[in-house]
Amino acid sequence: MRRTFDVQLEQLHVDLIKMGSLCEEAISLSAKMLQEHEEQLEKKIFPLEEEIDQMERQIETRCMRLLLQQQPVARDLRAISAALKMISDMERIGDQAADIAELAPYLGNAAKNDVLPIGEMARATVSMVTDSVEAYVKENIELAWKVMKEDDVVDALFQKLKEDLTQLIRKSEIGAETALDLLMAAKYFERIGDHAVNIAEWVEYSITGEHKKSEIESNL
Amino acid sequence: MSNVKIKTRDLNLYYGENHALKSVNMDIMGNEITAFIGPSGCGKSTYLKTLNRMNDFVLNVKITGEVTLDGENIYGSGVDSTLLRRKVGMVFQQPNPFPMSIYDNIAYGPRLAGIRSKVKLDEIVETSLRQAAIWEEVHDRLKKSALGLSGGQQQRLCIARALAVQPEVLLMDEPTSALDPISTSKIEELCMQLKKDYTIIIVTHNMQQAARISDKTAFFLLGEMIEYAPTEELFSLPKDKRTEDYITGRFG
Repeated sequence: MRRTFDVQLEQLHVDLIKMGSLCEEAISLSAKMLQEHEEQLEKKIFPLEEEIDQMERQIETRCMRLLLQQQPVARDLRAISAALKMISDMERIGDQAADIAELAPYLGNAAKNDVLPIGEMARATVSMVTDSVEAYVKENIELAWKVMKEDDVVDALFQKLKEDLTQLIRKSEIGAETALDLLMAAKYFERIGDHAVNIAEWVEYSITGEHKKSEIESNL
Repeated sequence: MSNVKIKTRDLNLYYGENHALKSVNMDIMGNEITAFIGPSGCGKSTYLKTLNRMNDFVLNVKITGEVTLDGENIYGSGVDSTLLRRKVGMVFQQPNPFPMSIYDNIAYGPRLAGIRSKVKLDEIVETSLRQAAIWEEVHDRLKKSALGLSGGQQQRLCIARALAVQPEVLLMDEPTSALDPISTSKIEELCMQLKKDYTIIIVTHNMQQAARISDKTAFFLLGEMIEYAPTEELFSLPKDKRTEDYITGRFG
């Protein structure tokens, strides 16, 4: 029964894992560029971003074909529509990683400053993206919830970085332009965290049929 | 405000030894389209036929439990099953026009009910054909044989014929399974128009059809009504694993 459909869904999972790992690679690479500026790294990140865009189109086509051919219902319909939404967030993650990489050459040694928690932000967001994709593939709702909670950690790190930067500016220990660039890089990491949360929320929908239930309930 | 048109309570049906319907409990709402889905032999058509006592014609059939229409038990003593079938009309899988003119097909029921006035019959024929969205296609050939119509037109004619006796409920047993996609979509559109004035219950093997047109869907399996829910809910988040397995094709 429905062997073809199951094979197609499996292929969709494989593609999503691949796109997820490309995103992780892009974030790690951009974080590394903040630490050590090498031309080699710069040459890698932009093709990576291009590859992520291509994966988005490929998965989109795959999902459209599945909708057309299989006319999915119930959990199949939720899984495919969740995938369609998730890839938009992954594509944005790729863009933001490239944006961080673009800033790297202007930051000089400032990002290597151990006082600023930018490396920590990078590590936290990489793990959020990894976990959110894994949660989808393994239908693991606890893992999706963990990603949603982790966002608070990233937000707190961003807040701390902002305060630390303010101190450095006050003490004239950092140039104004560099400080702004650093703040933007940190903001991109913070946004990547938000995209990972979006992915996790679609995972929750795929498993339970409820989207942003906790958020809706807390607003009541 | 509940608008329950048909209610069944603990309905059991046996064909001889075969227990074909097992304790079906269901409230069917008025002015809605209710779809019945399930694999062949699951009891959905049998259940549909209990709603206007079509099973009375089957030998060796035993029915227990209750079916009420507007609160009245249709299996109660003193119920005129002919009158009941006028209130609860039926459209079948194969279009079955009578071998007579288009006009006479529609006028057949009203004439049986004693209407003789030509003016009145003309009016009923036109209204019924208009309601069934086929008037424009046949108004200039009402005296021609209904058998000359296409399959899709014949099916709409049968719907018009069912409407001519002013029913309250329309039972449809796979009404589009013998039709092409264009005729199918005409009938689906028609059903959605008609639910303003009628209660429609449709048995279909086409799950997309159930998803497209019905307000509520019931899933039957092995004579049991497994799940009954608003259509969108049943097709996006079914509660019973058997429903999920059936609609996603994981059965077997």
